[in-house]
Amino acid sequence: MTTNRQFCTFFVDDLFFGVDVQEVQEVFRFEPMTRVPLAPPVVRGLINLRGQIVTALDMRSRLGIPPRNGDTPPMNVVVRTDDGCVSFLVDEIGDVLEVDDAQCERPPETLTGVARELVRSVYKLRGRLLLSLDVAKTVAQCATAGAV
Amino acid sequence: MGEMDEVVKEFLVESHENLDQLDRDLLKLEQSRNDTDAIKSVFRTIHTIKGTSGFLGFSKLESLTHVAESLLCRLRDQTLSMTQEIATALLSTTDAVRRMLANIEATGADGDETDDALRATLARLNEPETADEAPAVTPTTPVGEILIRTGKVKPQDVELAREMQQEGDPRRVGEILVENEVIKPSELREALEQQAAARQKDTPVSETNVRVDVSLLDRLMNLVGELVLARNQILQFNHSLGRQDSQFTSTAQRLNLITTELQEGVMKTRMQPIGMVWNKFPRIVRDLANSVGKSVGLRMEGKETDLDRTIIEAIKDPLTHIVRNSIDHGIESPAERVRRGKPQQGTLSMRAFHEGGQVIIEIADDGGGIDPERIKAKAIAKQLITAEQAARMNEREVLNLIFLPGFSTAETVTNISGRGVGMDVVRSNIERIGGTVDIASRVGEGTTLKIKIPLTLAIIPALIVRSAGERYAIPQVNLLELVRLEGEEAVKGIESIHGSEIHRLRGSLLPIVRLHEQLRIEDPDGHRPDVINIVVLSADDRQFGLVVDQVMDTEEIVVKPLTKALKGIGVYAGATIMGDGHVALILDTFRIAQRANVVSESRERSRAVAEVRTTQNAVRETLLLFMSGPNRMALPLEQVHRLEEFPRRSLEQAGDDVVVQYRGEIMPLVSLTTLFATHETVGAPTPQSDTVQVVVHRHGERFIGFLVDRIVDIVDEDVSTRGLNPRRGVRATAVVHGKVTEILDVAVIARDTVATHEPVAIGGAS
Repeated sequence: MTTNRQFCTFFVDDLFFGVDVQEVQEVFRFEPMTRVPLAPPVVRGLINLRGQIVTALDMRSRLGIPPRNGDTPPMNVVVRTDDGCVSFLVDEIGDVLEVDDAQCERPPETLTGVARELVRSVYKLRGRLLLSLDVAKTVAQCATAGAV
Repeated sequence: MGEMDEVVKEFLVESHENLDQLDRDLLKLEQSRNDTDAIKSVFRTIHTIKGTSGFLGFSKLESLTHVAESLLCRLRDQTLSMTQEIATALLSTTDAVRRMLANIEATGADGDETDDALRATLARLNEPETADEAPAVTPTTPVGEILIRTGKVKPQDVELAREMQQEGDPRRVGEILVENEVIKPSELREALEQQAAARQKDTPVSETNVRVDVSLLDRLMNLVGELVLARNQILQFNHSLGRQDSQFTSTAQRLNLITTELQEGVMKTRMQPIGMVWNKFPRIVRDLANSVGKSVGLRMEGKETDLDRTIIEAIKDPLTHIVRNSIDHGIESPAERVRRGKPQQGTLSMRAFHEGGQVIIEIADDGGGIDPERIKAKAIAKQLITAEQAARMNEREVLNLIFLPGFSTAETVTNISGRGVGMDVVRSNIERIGGTVDIASRVGEGTTLKIKIPLTLAIIPALIVRSAGERYAIPQVNLLELVRLEGEEAVKGIESIHGSEIHRLRGSLLPIVRLHEQLRIEDPDGHRPDVINIVVLSADDRQFGLVVDQVMDTEEIVVKPLTKALKGIGVYAGATIMGDGHVALILDTFRIAQRANVVSESRERSRAVAEVRTTQNAVRETLLLFMSGPNRMALPLEQVHRLEEFPRRSLEQAGDDVVVQYRGEIMPLVSLTTLFATHETVGAPTPQSDTVQVVVHRHGERFIGFLVDRIVDIVDEDVSTRGLNPRRGVRATAVVHGKVTEILDVAVIARDTVATHEPVAIGGAS
């Protein structure tokens, strides 16, 4: 039995991530944001999304990847969580891909560091690996980081 | 089936409302036993529940209400008079009915609770002989009653009229009285008017009311919030257009007006009178008082005071707890009260009123009050504070100890209160909704708790400020005043004492907190050094000045919650969207004050203590502590002009004296070590560093600098413990921070100094 899932994909550095489209509210280009002093560095700021206040998290910082050179502004991937909407700042947006659960595997041992904790599973696509991001974990651990 | 559910749901909602009314009526009856309106209302309610439950097939509920109804029927017909026993039985009945309703709500059936005992009680009370015990059914034709009360007729006259009625006289009591010439027709008319007015009040208001789902109101409130934001944006847009388009301007203004009104209107729909919560208290008070064998009367004032429903919800539990505490610990037993010469019945009064955009709730009892000594002893025993701290506290600080976690004064733990989880929870619950709670008590006379809470939490007026390029909103409730220092003032206005900055605001010292320092943000543009904006804020009983780069405007802002991650930071109360669409953070000024150590001092756990530090106590003084040679000395802070540090090489010799150039003057320096030298320590301050610490005092027109070895601290101290005969130049010797300290008499030293230095200073200038 195979089930197909749709993933909204994006790049952070050379990592190719996917989040279930059901969890994604929208995607938009970088917007000016209000910085939050004293917040953990992952929190880049607050964005007004049509009257809704969204916390923007820098995915590079979250994954422990050094900041990007150059002036290309990041993209926002807004996901819905139990604690309101959160935006992931990513390098680039990919296509919406339909993947087969049969292609799914546990994350390989070679994947290390923070990325390993946040990756739920890996989809073997032709020519590249799609990392399924655990949204709850990505956001939750920021919360604890913030409390410290 | 779905339709049936709907009917049951309606029945439940209606019955719950009716039961609340029932409780009130029954308590009213207990007080004035002949209130026929109340009896009728109770009867109606029970009758309705009985009828509907029969129709819906809840047989248990039906049969219980039936028994109660027969009892009420006789009360109504006045063949039985109200007694406390009956009241208790009826109240138990409403409880049983409530439980059944809860059961219906949960399981769809009225449950299998056995209420035989209750039923038996009701039946026994309903037996005829009970009625015989109190045969003298009081004359309660309302008109007759009113006439008696107003002193127009004697009770006998009414009695006579009633007898005539019973013998078959078809006329009404009032008519009989008039015809018997006991009263004038005008008096009867007056009484009838009073009666009509009274009835008017009781008329059900259902015709003018619609039941609305709360979630719908919340949704409306959110939408209005959005509208307020959109309005702010349009107004700003209009402003930036520079009033070129007059039609647009007038439209924008109308939008502004309508939005404001709509906002108020929707806000009002969410408002509920505080009576909604209070109505439960007569019952709670009665039951509690009975269970602890006390007699307590409850007085309520300001029931109609409106509050946002979210706040009403939030204060329910804290209020209950406070009331329980008052009855359990506050009010004494009747015997004890009599012994103390108080009325046997204790009084608990609850008062609510609006004041300055806030709601104040006062809960006062006339009980034994709180003995500060006992509180101290308890707090020390529980290691919440040290004996040393206790000794330094004033009464108010001591009383506020009861808000510390883990504090309970009850000698014995009862099932009502006294588990030690009380008052700290009360306080935190109230603070969570932006309120404060304060306590005052007099031994033997009673205790008053004062709660201040905001009217609403959704939309608040706020001051917008800018710091390091970012805007922040400060809730206006915390705002006291704005101070702007310019030019010379900006340079001199903020003085530094041992690293902490202060500003003299009308003679009192205002601790200064710089916002960008607290938030650890860099100043990209660099604020103008010639202008200092101070926002004077209150944090509990304290005041402090928050320095911001720019003070912008006051605005109504819509408070939006932050995600958990950001709430954890602690200094933000939420966020809001500004007119231009950008997000601004709302500052939690209390937390900022805490962060900057303005309110919390260094003591742990005793935030409650620190918060209430006040200057009530006259012997308390703020002192600058410093070391001079082996001596520990202090100067009253108000006599300190500035603290300065000079390079040692800038000290100059003028004759026998040491001077320094200071603000275009020659300031004589007094070495305290030399001045107070004993035989062993004669000499100049030991040269240990390249700089010297100088406490600058202003004596009339002149500055005088005191050379000290080391600044220790600034303390707010009780200086009443004194000892030893002070030497010249020393005003008193006191124990400060556990060590003997000499408090200098600046006036004497300055006089001596000026006397000897005046010619030298002039000589130096020439």
